[in-house]
Amino acid sequence: MPDAATIKARIEAAIPGAQAEVEDWTGGGDHFRATVVADAFAGLSRIQQHRLVYEIFGAEIGGPIHALSLKTHQPVRNHP
Amino acid sequence: MTDQHDNPIRQAVADAIANNDVILFMKGTPEAPACGFSARTVGALQALDTRFAAVDILPDPRIREELTALSQWPTIPQLFVGGELVGGCDIVTEMFESGELAELLGADDQAHASEPAVADGAALQIENRLS
Repeated sequence: MPDAATIKARIEAAIPGAQAEVEDWTGGGDHFRATVVADAFAGLSRIQQHRLVYEIFGAEIGGPIHALSLKTHQPVRNHP
Repeated sequence: MTDQHDNPIRQAVADAIANNDVILFMKGTPEAPACGFSARTVGALQALDTRFAAVDILPDPRIREELTALSQWPTIPQLFVGGELVGGCDIVTEMFESGELAELLGADDQAHASEPAVADGAALQIENRLS
C-alpha cells in the first residue's frame, strides 16, 4: 500500500529539483493530495505539469492510488 | 495503437469529444454524481451556467479504458472543451477560482451560441450503444 512519504520521495526522485508535500487525504492509504513545486514546470501548461507527475505512477493511479489530487507550480518568486 | 474501426467504444468516445463543445466524462450523472471529484467539477460548470454534455463512465469499464487511452489522463472526471482536454477536478477547480474557466467557456459559448443542445443526445447515444 502506498504511503504519503513514499509518494513524496518518488515525485522528488523523478522530477529533478522538485519539492513535494503529500498528505494522505482520508487516512485510508489510497486518496492523496500533493503540492509539487518544481522549476521543471516552467513553460508547461497545467495539464502538462500534472501529466509529469501522473506519469511517475502510471497505472497505479486509479489502481492502488485511487486518487492523487494535485497542485503544481513553479517556485514562487518575489514580486515587487 | 488499436484500429478504431475495430474499437467502437473508442470511436464513440472520440466522436463524443469531437461533437460536443463542452463534455464531461464523470462518475454518475450531473444530477447524481457518484464521486466527490465529479460532483465538484459539475458544480463548477453549473455555477457558470455552462451547457455541457455528460457521460457516465461507470456503466461499462471499457469507457474509462478507452477514454484514458485517448486522453492519456489517468483520473476521472475529465473535462473537454473544443475537443481538448482541459483537466480533471483539480485543474477545473483552480481555473474556476481564478476565472480562467469562465473565460474559456464564455469565449466558447459565444462562438457557438446558435447551436442547439446536442450534448445530451450524443452522451445518451454512447450509453445506448453500450447497454
